[in-house]
Amino acid sequence: MFAVRNSLRLCSRLSNLAVVKRGCAGASIPVDDVVNGLTDEQIQLRQSVRKFCLEKLAPYADDIDKNNAFPGMREYWKAMGDMGLLGITAPVEEGGTGLGYLDHVIVMEEMSRVSAAIALSYGAHSNLCVNQLVRHANRQQKDKYMPKLLSGEHVGALAMSEPNAGSDVVSMKLRATKSGDHYVLNGNKFWITNGPDADVLIVYAKTDPGAHQKGITAFIVEKGMAGFSTAQKLEKLGMRGSNTCELVFEDCKVPEENMLGPLNKGVYVMMSGLDLERLVLAAGPVGIMQAVLDNAIPYMHVREAFGQKIGHFQLMQGKMADMYTRLSSCRQYLYNVARACDRGHFSAKDCAGVILYCAENATQVALDGIQCLGGNGYINDYPMGRFLRDAKLYEIGAGTSEVRRLIIGRAFNSMFK
Amino acid sequence: MSGRVLVGVKRVIDYAVKIRVKPDHSGVVTDGVKHSMNPFCEIAVEEAVKLKEKKLMKEVVVVSCGPQQSQETIRTALAMGADRGIHVEVSGKDYETLGPLQVSKILAALAKKEDAQLIILGKQAIDDDCNQTGQMTAALLDWPQGTFASEVSLEKDGIKVVREIDGGLETIKISTPAVLTADLRLNTPRYATLPNIMKAKKKKIANVKPADLGVDLTSRLEVLRVDEPPQRQAGMKVETVDDLVSKLKDAGKV
Repeated sequence: MFAVRNSLRLCSRLSNLAVVKRGCAGASIPVDDVVNGLTDEQIQLRQSVRKFCLEKLAPYADDIDKNNAFPGMREYWKAMGDMGLLGITAPVEEGGTGLGYLDHVIVMEEMSRVSAAIALSYGAHSNLCVNQLVRHANRQQKDKYMPKLLSGEHVGALAMSEPNAGSDVVSMKLRATKSGDHYVLNGNKFWITNGPDADVLIVYAKTDPGAHQKGITAFIVEKGMAGFSTAQKLEKLGMRGSNTCELVFEDCKVPEENMLGPLNKGVYVMMSGLDLERLVLAAGPVGIMQAVLDNAIPYMHVREAFGQKIGHFQLMQGKMADMYTRLSSCRQYLYNVARACDRGHFSAKDCAGVILYCAENATQVALDGIQCLGGNGYINDYPMGRFLRDAKLYEIGAGTSEVRRLIIGRAFNSMFK
Repeated sequence: MSGRVLVGVKRVIDYAVKIRVKPDHSGVVTDGVKHSMNPFCEIAVEEAVKLKEKKLMKEVVVVSCGPQQSQETIRTALAMGADRGIHVEVSGKDYETLGPLQVSKILAALAKKEDAQLIILGKQAIDDDCNQTGQMTAALLDWPQGTFASEVSLEKDGIKVVREIDGGLETIKISTPAVLTADLRLNTPRYATLPNIMKAKKKKIANVKPADLGVDLTSRLEVLRVDEPPQRQAGMKVETVDDLVSKLKDAGKV
């Protein structure tokens, strides 16, 4: 049994990029999907995506983080297209996979488990860009842009934040002025995931600055449009490899037919999109927490001190319990909210609550994970540091924890107006 | 000519899992352990689906013998492109003693019932490493066998099989119907893509009992004890050939 298993491990698709980590090669902590309430198809979905990510992404995860680059990105995007991962929530008639938000969450979680950075780029493409097109684009726009976004030939992005407008995104200054049969865009966007690589971007601009939030319109911008350029890639603490940059619009001409949704009604497109963005991205920190457990728990049953495996000491047992219960409770909350969305029941309060809770717990679990590995958790030979640096982003992007708290608090205030 | 391929798939402990022996030494721990399709069975399914895509075969029927959970393995094969599945239900004590002899009897019975033209199996399972089921099935049916196949081509007058054997590569020609067993380099199995997982939901899995096929499941083997392999001892380096010879003599190896 052992001879064939070992030779399989060597001959398998993973072999030539040998992932030989000290201590816990190939180990993972199983996910109890019966407790999670998943259907048989969803369990099969998780297994299929896990296998795909382990073979196509895992061998590169550490280098992607170290070099802040993923040279195989385009090839990986096409592989995801072949798997049907890029249009999970797009209807089958439009070339998508016709699945729901919970299915999208499962995919995002498994990808984040392997590389949170690439999963973030995937989330930006498949939810922020593709799903918004599914919900708001007209027939011509869908026919023009969806096929290549779904096949992986094109990378998608979404741009709302600016150098001076993050949490206060409605105060954005990117101006869109009507000129004949097109709009002229002037200004900048900042913090844009996939910015350096995107072929198609959904951009929010002020068509009527005086009308504040009632003057925002969404547009579809293509790489290569005159007047549109990107500035250099940002050097980030974490999510390295998920390319982020500034977008520069200098008299960028966007045809009128590229308006996404009605004129000056962009804030509705934006805010309702943000709820679903928070839901799907919340799977990111859940995947990171799972990855922390995948690495820390086997380690604690190999590492010895004082004559026994450290995992048998009470304080370490306590750490395992804390990490596991944080992960499990976050996961159940997330899956339940996703299931409700699949039934057409969208709660802004819960979408904000889910990512607020998952993100803050992920940072804590990642810190615990480093502590479990002791000195080894502090060196880059082990991925624990990457998990912490990646987890922290989720307390900031897609609405900071502070904004998420405001949303929930205000939702309760409005019950008593 | 029915153009029907029968593919056997086995649910085994995943190849990446660290195996642990049960404290009572009666077997290995399977509860709560990740299982998946035997890697050589994946290669067998891929080969069958490829034959259908080349229009050399008409239908791929996938079979698995085991408890309820074997249906997951069948569904994975359906998502890879098999047309329908047959779950031969074997559970409890019968499943613990299920081995190549019993499975080959089941496969032979099914091959006759389904009028199969070709049976493709993995060369061996990674849990028991028996490498017997394909050979036994062929013998029971009195069909030719092409085992350890690394290349298969259907020709007008039979099947050309390139076999990976100890001495190198052996090319043989066998007539149909036949049994083939897949070796590692036969092909690279495809992923079960999401759209195909969804399509597979509509494909049928029939339930069959071994008794319905007239198969007797009694085992002729009894497992006495299961142990881990002995811990590998540290090696040592020697300076000269004479040193090596004397050390080997001391250890009683020469």
